[in-house]
Amino acid sequence: MSATVLSHPEAVERLTREWETPPGILGALGTVDHKLIGKRYLVTAFVFLVLGGLEAAAMRAQLAGPNRRLLSPELYNQIFTMHGVTMIFLYAAPVLSGFANYLWPLLIGARDMALPRLNALSYWVFLFAGLFIYASVLAGQMPDGGWFSYAPLSERVASPGLGPDFYALGLLFLGISTTAGAVNFVVTFFTLRAPGMSLNRVPILLWGSLSTAVMVIFAMPALTVACVFLYFDRRLGMHFFDAVAGGHPLLWQHLFWMFGHPWVYIVVLPAMGIVSDILPVFCRRPLVGYTYVVMATIATAILGFGVWVHHMFSTGLPSVAMSFFSAASMVIAIPSGVTVLAWVATIWFGRVVSSTAFLFMAGFVVLFVMGGVSGVMTAAVPFDWQLTDSYFVVAHLHYVLVGINVFPVIGASYFWAPKMTGRMLSERLGRWNFWVMFVGFNLGFFPMHIAGLLGMPRRIYTYPAGLGWDTVNLVTTIGAYLFAVGVLLFVINLVWSLRRGAQASPNPWDSPTLEWSVSSPPPPYNFAVIPVVRSRHPLWEDRLHPDDPARTDLSAGSPLDEGRLTLQTSALDAEPAEVLPMPGDSLWPLALALSLSGCFTGLLVGNPILTGLSATLLVVSVTGWLWPETREQLP
Amino acid sequence: MTLPGLQLASPGPLRPASEMATREAQLGWALIAIGVIVVLIITALVLTGTFRHRGEAAEQIRREGEGIRWITIGGIVLPAIVLLAAFGLTLKVLRSQQLPSRSSDVTIEIVGHRWWWELRYQGANSQQHAVTANEIHIPVGRPVRVALKSGDVIHSFWVPELGGKTDLIPGQENVIWLQADRAGVYRGQCAEFCGAQHAQMALMVVAEAPDDFARWFALQQEGAPAPTGAALRGRDAFVGGPCALCHEIRGTEAGGRQGPDLTHLAGRKTIAAGLLPNDRGKLTAWILDPQTIKPGSLMPRMRLNDQDVAAMVEYLETLQ
Amino acid sequence: MTTYPLPETARKPPVVAEAADVRPPGRWAMILVVATEAAFFAYLLFSYYYLASMAREPWPPDGPLRLHLSLPNTIVLLASSATAQWAEWSARRGNRSAVLSGLLVTLLLGIAFLVVQGLEYSEQRFGPTTDAYGSLFFTITGFHGAHVLVGLIMLAVVSTRAAMGHFQPGRHLAVSNAVLYWHFVDAVWLAVFITLYLSPRLI
Ligand code: HEA
Ligand code: HEA
Ligand code: HEC
Ligand code: CUA
Ligand SMILES: [Cu+2]
Repeated sequence: MSATVLSHPEAVERLTREWETPPGILGALGTVDHKLIGKRYLVTAFVFLVLGGLEAAAMRAQLAGPNRRLLSPELYNQIFTMHGVTMIFLYAAPVLSGFANYLWPLLIGARDMALPRLNALSYWVFLFAGLFIYASVLAGQMPDGGWFSYAPLSERVASPGLGPDFYALGLLFLGISTTAGAVNFVVTFFTLRAPGMSLNRVPILLWGSLSTAVMVIFAMPALTVACVFLYFDRRLGMHFFDAVAGGHPLLWQHLFWMFGHPWVYIVVLPAMGIVSDILPVFCRRPLVGYTYVVMATIATAILGFGVWVHHMFSTGLPSVAMSFFSAASMVIAIPSGVTVLAWVATIWFGRVVSSTAFLFMAGFVVLFVMGGVSGVMTAAVPFDWQLTDSYFVVAHLHYVLVGINVFPVIGASYFWAPKMTGRMLSERLGRWNFWVMFVGFNLGFFPMHIAGLLGMPRRIYTYPAGLGWDTVNLVTTIGAYLFAVGVLLFVINLVWSLRRGAQASPNPWDSPTLEWSVSSPPPPYNFAVIPVVRSRHPLWEDRLHPDDPARTDLSAGSPLDEGRLTLQTSALDAEPAEVLPMPGDSLWPLALALSLSGCFTGLLVGNPILTGLSATLLVVSVTGWLWPETREQLP
Repeated sequence: MTLPGLQLASPGPLRPASEMATREAQLGWALIAIGVIVVLIITALVLTGTFRHRGEAAEQIRREGEGIRWITIGGIVLPAIVLLAAFGLTLKVLRSQQLPSRSSDVTIEIVGHRWWWELRYQGANSQQHAVTANEIHIPVGRPVRVALKSGDVIHSFWVPELGGKTDLIPGQENVIWLQADRAGVYRGQCAEFCGAQHAQMALMVVAEAPDDFARWFALQQEGAPAPTGAALRGRDAFVGGPCALCHEIRGTEAGGRQGPDLTHLAGRKTIAAGLLPNDRGKLTAWILDPQTIKPGSLMPRMRLNDQDVAAMVEYLETLQ
Repeated sequence: MTTYPLPETARKPPVVAEAADVRPPGRWAMILVVATEAAFFAYLLFSYYYLASMAREPWPPDGPLRLHLSLPNTIVLLASSATAQWAEWSARRGNRSAVLSGLLVTLLLGIAFLVVQGLEYSEQRFGPTTDAYGSLFFTITGFHGAHVLVGLIMLAVVSTRAAMGHFQPGRHLAVSNAVLYWHFVDAVWLAVFITLYLSPRLI
């Protein structure tokens, strides 16, 4: 395929030398290769999924029957909080960053992310923030106020321990990673798409993570402000949430949900993008309504900022306000409807070739609709007065989060693991994997709707017998464990295939996008020559529009091998603009992340010396990072 | 309204016992119906679509172009119509939840505490005042004005059969109307996470005939009956012991405000916010060791001798 | 080696492009940082207005803040935006000494702003723990002050590099970014000033 380059072994050798991560520990710590960083993100996020899952398993054991005393109330409260925080912040978003990091440059025909060192920083900060939050387990002082940690319960008077400090500081710390990642995605999107990849030729995954990134830029600061206030209230004696001194508890709720609702779309839009890209491959046709889906993605991202109050319907707001937010929450179902119908039409008008990945995608569509309609039910204010803070909401949030995040993620792993590892996952085990997860999931989480409708509140460590909640909870526990077995099957499949799996060809699924034009796994420089794109489905052109002479060019063109270079193109039409020198490996991002860890630890334990020293190191790291190394590199 | 053939085994939002809860449940059933239909349609389409063309050539790639109508009609127009209807219904129910036409002349102020409910009753004139805990009595068929407040963190008042939730928020007063159309005892529970014992912060609503209610209310306004015999010793132990720091028994020196008012404790069906039935054995166990029964509860375990406790229980049992 | 037909300019080192469509990654990054920081201050100010609207006591508790220091200080900061912009224009023209003097004057004005802000702090009769109003006042102005400080560090680093001759016409991204950040810091001050100092006088 890349005939020109193959005939230039020297160029290939030069490229490899430029882009390869050097062996050894320093190489591993200093690497900025997006493929390594992406894989690290994925593995770390999966570890957190298992941790959060084990916490869930403990909760389900406690709730399997009435009046069980396996966990003390204090412990249960810490565990469900850690479960929520882990899943939402340390699994759901980072796992999608992992896929995006790995795939973006390969999807757009670039050699790395636009800001490779920032990318390395995002990962290190994610890792250290995760460790920081989990240090609370070692300290025996886990946060215990729920994942949204309402004030004034989280204030010092009601929660004197370190739990809420771990929460506030941990999320501030993690926010740095998320924001840095978002900046990187936006910059990459607008600078590094291969020549010819105009906006209407971009794979949907990019639209998903781009919308997500823009949402992060504007939503994350709300959480930052909330956590800063909380920390100031707790540690400096300020009064933001203190009703006695002019503050107000609902300030926390507004700030949190101004962040929180956008965040729930942040953790699904890229996953929906993944589905929009994978589903068509197994339907043997392009996605129906590309433009509609892109518009729906952007519309969801925008509308997502206007519905936060639907989490506060029971706080006694004026009914005009509630009607408005109720309407907005229903309107947001329309872009989702557009996307769902696009998938359904793609399946309907396609020729389905079944595979494990397809099963996960199709299963996801059904789960998404189930989670979506329960969302619409909670959007109806008077009914939400009944549903809010009951197990119905727990059912809703798992259908959307597990349905729209976990299912696509596992499916995407079946789809892209061959590219990442060079080995195919077992399809046979895969089918088992899917069916066990799908049945387990519905068995476990569907009854939660019923529990809610029977009046069972959420976040209770135990419940009395005789209220009709016993059976539903037992079934839920059984289903949850079955689901866990499904996750276990996935892990087994992964480990087994890494050693025994069939060798993967460059394009095992006959997919249309650029990442499948390079070897599996891809070479360090991704593309030997920067491709020139002429359509939305570069690898299907011969069959999709055989009469159109315009063909994507994967082999002609400059290898840009005179240094660590990639090609910058214009933001909208992707016209070639600049040859961009890319920064190489560096230890500064790690140094910066370590000094941040020092700062936050200092703030946690209240040690100004540690904080001050680390802050100084931080300034040094930033300056060192940005200081040009040679005259040539002067920007 | 319930679906024919479906009898729920336990109380909950779908077995309403008040006008308000009934309307909420009707809205709920309508939304559930919409939801089920949407899910069934999409599932059917996914399944049929998958099996429609089994085994046809896979190397072929189908052209673009088909199916846009599915999106415009199935994804935009139809959902818009359905959602508009759902929203219309929502608004209608929301509107009807405003002020009731007639109401009882008793009002209640509920103050949420970790992890129990303080109830302050106010009658038509300012002398008619009573304080109790965890067990709300209301006259059946009459809306009662309830003001919700909090003494510490956020709680949420929820009696599913009588209506949805409203939060109790420090620094803010939320007002609701509580009404039961059928006499009976309804269980409620705190629905906003409020710390260690959020799970055991239940309450009862006793809806009774107006006459019974009037009698109950009159009784609550009185001080505690004077003890005799063994109960006398119990009162002294109570008033002289740590109990009085936290509990009020009107008519005695015990005037603490941290815990529930115990003036008419013996008339309540449960103790410790719905956790235990109110009988001699459980009461004794509770006083001896609240921390085992309700770990984290703000009533500490105290060093008490068994005679004192027995006497106290004797006394508390007389507080009808 | 086959060559891809790149436009002539493509072989040149990157510049702060005039075309709106092509910006160096570093420029994009700064724009996004400014956007997210602006959102941060927007949420801070939202919190102020929210608590003000919910207040049951008079707001601000001691009446509106005095303007005798803050108004001149606002003018100082706005002036510094002008000098910063002058430095940027000079960088485009490659006038090294003008860049340097523009940056240094900006630095001085920025320092003056912080000093006056410190004076104001010492004059207030309330502290951050007095009540929610005090918490808001010191947190908002404190975060703004911290951003001024960061801007000053940037200006100092860029001035050093300017003195070392790092910049040429078309190669001065660091100057442009520092100046953009400085404008942002000023714009935020304007919003903070209107919110904290002027809005209580208007309502
Ligand atoms: C993955 C993230 C995710 C997603 C995508 C959604 C999607 C939606 N959510 Fe959900 N939500 C959460 C995550 C998510 N939610 C979480 C985590 C919570 C709980 C937080 C907590 O308290 O801990 C929550 C809570 C929550 C509440 C508050 C409940 C409460 O506490 O009282 C509400 C209320 O309105 C709500 C509404 C919605 C709506 C209307 C959608 C819509 O976007 C759904 C739209 C989709 C569809 C409707 C399906 C497809 C559409 C069609 C097929 C067209 C036809 C459909 C119809 C005509 C109905 N959500
Ligand atoms: C992406 C997000 C996500 C995911 C994937 C999950 C996954 C699961 N969740 Fe979670 N959940 C939340 C997000 C998520 N949850 C949130 C946000 C809340 C709200 C928190 C709050 O109120 O603050 C919540 C709350 C919540 C509750 C309510 C707690 C309460 O209100 O008291 C429950 C109760 O059953 C629950 C259960 C489960 C279960 C059983 C799983 C399972 O799917 C987990 C399955 C996975 C594993 C078990 C690990 C992998 C398995 C192995 C390695 C095999 C070996 C292990 C065994 C065989 C046991 N979750
Ligand atoms: C430090 C405060 C404190 C002290 C001292 C204290 N209590 Fe309590 N008591 C409480 C609180 C708080 C509750 C509510 C507990 C709950 O339900 O979570 C309570 C609940 C009770 C109840 C149940 C009331 C109801 O209606 O549910 C009884 C009975 C009781 N206490 C008796 C006693 C006796 C007898 C003593 C002395 C031996 C005592 N208390 C000492 C704080 C205290
Ligand atoms: Cu009170 Cu939960
Ligand atoms: Cu929401």
